[in-house]
Amino acid sequence: MENETKDCPVETIESLTKEAESLKKKLEDERQKLNDVTLATVAERLDIINYMNIKPRRTLKGHQAKVLCSDWSPDKRHIVSSSQDGKMIIWDAFTTNKEHAVTMPTTWVMACAYAPSGNLVACGGLDNKVTVYPLSLDEDVTLKKKTVGTHTSYMSCCIFPNSDQQILTGSGDSTCALWDVESGQLLQSFHGHSADVMSIDLAPSETGNTFVSGSCDKMVLIWDMRSGQCVQSFEGHESDVNSVKFHTSGDAVATGSDDATCRLFDLRADKEVAVYSKESIIFGVNSVDFSVSGRLLFAGYNDYTVNVWDTLKCVRVCLLYGHENRVSCLQVSPDGTALSTGSWDYTLRVWA
Amino acid sequence: MVTMNSEKAAAKRKPEANNSGCATANTHEESIPIAAQTTTAGSEESPNHLLYKKMEKIVEKMQDETTGVPVRTVKSFMSKIPSVFTGSDLIMWMMKNLDVEDQQEALHLAHLMAAHGYFFPIDDHMLTVKNDNTFYRFQTPYFWPSNCWEPENTDYAVYLCKRTMQNKTRLELADYEAENLARLQKMFSRKWEFIFMQAEAQSKVDKKRDKLERKVLDSQERAFWDVHRPMPGCVNTTEIDIKKACQMNKPIHGVKIPPKMSPSTSGNVSAKITTFDTVKKQVNLLRSKLDRRNIKVSKAAESFVAYYEQYLEYDSFFVAPEYPNPWISDNPEMWEQEKIAKDISARRVKRWAFSLQELLQDPIGRDHFVRFLDREFSGENLKFWEAVQDLKALPQSQVQNKVTDIWAEFLASDASCPINVDARSYEVTKKNMEVPDRWSFDCAAAHVYHLMKADSYSRYLRSEMYKEFLNGSKKKTSVKGIRSIVSFSARKDNIT
Repeated sequence: MENETKDCPVETIESLTKEAESLKKKLEDERQKLNDVTLATVAERLDIINYMNIKPRRTLKGHQAKVLCSDWSPDKRHIVSSSQDGKMIIWDAFTTNKEHAVTMPTTWVMACAYAPSGNLVACGGLDNKVTVYPLSLDEDVTLKKKTVGTHTSYMSCCIFPNSDQQILTGSGDSTCALWDVESGQLLQSFHGHSADVMSIDLAPSETGNTFVSGSCDKMVLIWDMRSGQCVQSFEGHESDVNSVKFHTSGDAVATGSDDATCRLFDLRADKEVAVYSKESIIFGVNSVDFSVSGRLLFAGYNDYTVNVWDTLKCVRVCLLYGHENRVSCLQVSPDGTALSTGSWDYTLRVWA
Repeated sequence: MVTMNSEKAAAKRKPEANNSGCATANTHEESIPIAAQTTTAGSEESPNHLLYKKMEKIVEKMQDETTGVPVRTVKSFMSKIPSVFTGSDLIMWMMKNLDVEDQQEALHLAHLMAAHGYFFPIDDHMLTVKNDNTFYRFQTPYFWPSNCWEPENTDYAVYLCKRTMQNKTRLELADYEAENLARLQKMFSRKWEFIFMQAEAQSKVDKKRDKLERKVLDSQERAFWDVHRPMPGCVNTTEIDIKKACQMNKPIHGVKIPPKMSPSTSGNVSAKITTFDTVKKQVNLLRSKLDRRNIKVSKAAESFVAYYEQYLEYDSFFVAPEYPNPWISDNPEMWEQEKIAKDISARRVKRWAFSLQELLQDPIGRDHFVRFLDREFSGENLKFWEAVQDLKALPQSQVQNKVTDIWAEFLASDASCPINVDARSYEVTKKNMEVPDRWSFDCAAAHVYHLMKADSYSRYLRSEMYKEFLNGSKKKTSVKGIRSIVSFSARKDNIT
């Protein structure tokens, strides 16, 4: 107590708290003014999606443990996946053949990503590291592996931001970081979350300078990659935010959380514009992604299913059954022709 | 009877205790695969707990005496089956009382709740629900997973051992249980006498109970172990996501998780300062939020609808692509056609008009635009913009040189390929050149992009060159046009 009064007068804290309260109220009022109509009301004029013919088209079997992460190759048919048994597999998902199976130095490979060229993959997890593997058919890919960055806790997610030469990572140490692949140099770190970062996604804008992160502090933050500053923040979720994904237009972010809801946050309105939930859906969401038009939001749940949401009318369109354990990851293919899902049931599936 | 001896303690276990517990679990696991240490969440806020609370709310509703699922005691032959309900009654109740869409969803949810042990089939180790006259029973709240159960292998050994002492057919060990018992006996050989004695004592207590009460208790205890030591092929629902386990500093499957060094766990003094700092940060954040100019929700909503309408044609989940979807037709023709520069579809060319970004993203679109710019002798803007994008993608070691090159080529007074930027962007860029990095030209590039968009790009779209290309492109699907989802799905229906 003594320390506190010396360092920073109690009055200041109190007055600041007071100010924060009044600002909060003011902000609330401002928001209400802009909250003129709901998304679902505007979308009333659209036809109801009354029939979806999405079926499982491929099953990728080969992992010996829970699939934790997967990513599509830019060639639209290969997939990299990582699993708890410490394996990373490169699949030709179209033929369901395995092209590489790489054993990691660590089990629990929580994250993996394809580079834009399709010639490189990155992965990491409980080893706190992000390691890149150049892909070539003629030699053992582990020979040329290279550790690029190290966090002080597990690495939960990684992406290549429009270049094979950089990797953006999120970590259990509550930071995100941008690394130079060649030198392993930390180009920028991103501090702002107060708990584990679970998911990141790059903005689809022409410059690609911003990205979004979701965390166990229930917050969704938008970052400027150049300055390392958080430029926008969204709250609303009642539990860990497990997944974040930019709307294909780049104007909004969809999120999935352990509170069993998905939400849509608009960057221009600076607020939540939709909640996708249902009383009968009680399990947490691990992963979300949009269809090309942004009308559909696919969400993978701990209840073994994928719920498909109509983002505009804010209703569920259908349920995809098939996995026999939690759906841990999911992603629409780069050309939007298919949806891949990975699960704790050791398999990956491709739906179309 | 399993007693709650390890549970609360486990929930509040300190990291050191954790690690030692972890070490033993580790050795167990190596020698005995069934001993996978299950970790239920200890913290009240943990994701599993959030789920348990929701399930328990539903179970409480189900157990309501008047509006719940009808529970009866059924007479069969010479005996009675106490406190059971049928699968069909349960599903009917769920359909009526929960907002599930159809029977499949109700069954799925029922299966999951059974797998978490809230109710169970009275004589099956497989925790699932069928929509028929199979009998189910509710689990006692004592055994609910929310009680932070982390039962240990000794408890399991005592339980299995006890089962062998009761010569009743309904208590006979299943094959996998017998195997587990044999393994556990080997593992705990030194203290087996102790385990045996405990089992004997428990068995004696059980025998004093009323017959019907025993039947219920036996089944509930069995179901408890079916949750925590599921039979092979069944999902262990008490497992927790590795990331969440790390976050809560919990051991999982014998993996040791080092204590985290997050700023929040540092000393007390700094914690106080953080409070001040956080409040200050919060105020600043709120101020900046208030300063933002935002659009109305209606406007945002309209833009999403418009975006959907514009891109509907390109969304394979609504409108079939020009070539059959490879995943459905097993024919990769679509991807092969994409790579060939001839026979570009009108649908694809049309997309170039949506935005400059769309045009530049398509390699053929970009090339066509470059040719247009060359004709207009205005290719330098795009060249500059692309050079800046390339710069951003370079390895750090090459950034310096590239920055100098770009300056020399486009912005220096004797530039070989000079571009026109406004004075402000020029000044900013010139200043950036003092400490050059990959973002040095961002301001200028943004300006140039805007110029291209407003000027060359719009002229391109109006040009004969684009129109010719659009008309000359393959019209395979233009006849179909944009179909409503309804009619499209009807057509798809006919195919399949």
